[in-house]
Amino acid sequence: MKVGIVRFPGSNCEDDAFHAVVDQLGEEAVMLWHKDHDLQGSDVVILPGGFSYGDYLRAGAIARFSPIMREVALHAGKGGIVLGICNGFQIACEAGLLPGALLRNDAGYRSMPVTIRVEHTNTAFTSAATVGQCLTMPIAHGEGRFAASEDVLDQLENDAQVLFRYVDAAGEATVDANPNGAMRNIAGVCNAARNVIGLMPHPERAVDPLLGSEDGLVLFESLLVAAHA
Amino acid sequence: MTRFRVSVHIIPRRGLLDPQGKAVTDALHTLGFAGVGEVHVGRHLVIETSAKDVSAAEASVRTMCERLLANPVTEDFEIAGVVKE
Repeated sequence: MKVGIVRFPGSNCEDDAFHAVVDQLGEEAVMLWHKDHDLQGSDVVILPGGFSYGDYLRAGAIARFSPIMREVALHAGKGGIVLGICNGFQIACEAGLLPGALLRNDAGYRSMPVTIRVEHTNTAFTSAATVGQCLTMPIAHGEGRFAASEDVLDQLENDAQVLFRYVDAAGEATVDANPNGAMRNIAGVCNAARNVIGLMPHPERAVDPLLGSEDGLVLFESLLVAAHA
Repeated sequence: MTRFRVSVHIIPRRGLLDPQGKAVTDALHTLGFAGVGEVHVGRHLVIETSAKDVSAAEASVRTMCERLLANPVTEDFEIAGVVKE
């Protein structure tokens, strides 16, 4: 499996993603410059976290027009796997690859560990997990409040596109467990075709006991299942 | 072609939680402005552009808002003014 990690000006989690794929998963990864038009044969594309273009205008609003996003959209259109983490999730939403939008948190910038519950396992990024499994990993964002119209939210629920929800220690999606005011405690979603996945928490920063959690590994291991299917 | 300065307001869609607006509302209440209801914090952009006339300049900025400047999921925009330079 070859994973392409896009580096935008202002990305800052690309090395963490690289570490997760290469050192922890033992797979090949390549850094992709945002001005290039070549995914270098990547099977999976990761849009990493950070503050692309300084979050000017809106988080992800400018990065979505980076040259490489044309290739990323083509890759997604052909069923290729695209994973957006944090700022990458914002970019994917702005690009229309994922539904909804990510608004300013209800209580400002949050950098803390959260627990998310896996809601569905029939995607390339959740297949090695179990439904209801709770994973602890960090968040670090100021604009992560998932929002969409009630109609779209209902449709996402009905079509099993809500992949992750913020939950408390008991695994319940409570108001207190919600770090940013996201509608329906949504932490991550996928597109209708289930090959584009976005989430605000950072699984790539939770792949080693030294990092405080290795709960993110199961998500990256899911990519291997998909790649070798 | 003529040069125009087009002003546009972009504001969070009504009904969506606006934490900046809420914080400003609370601060204004603290200052004693008891009459203040809701406050909405958005963005104001001034775009200098060439167009053949006022309506073309406005139409062009509307398209810019739809494609980039405003998020169609969460924001509304209104052209606040078009001034010939």
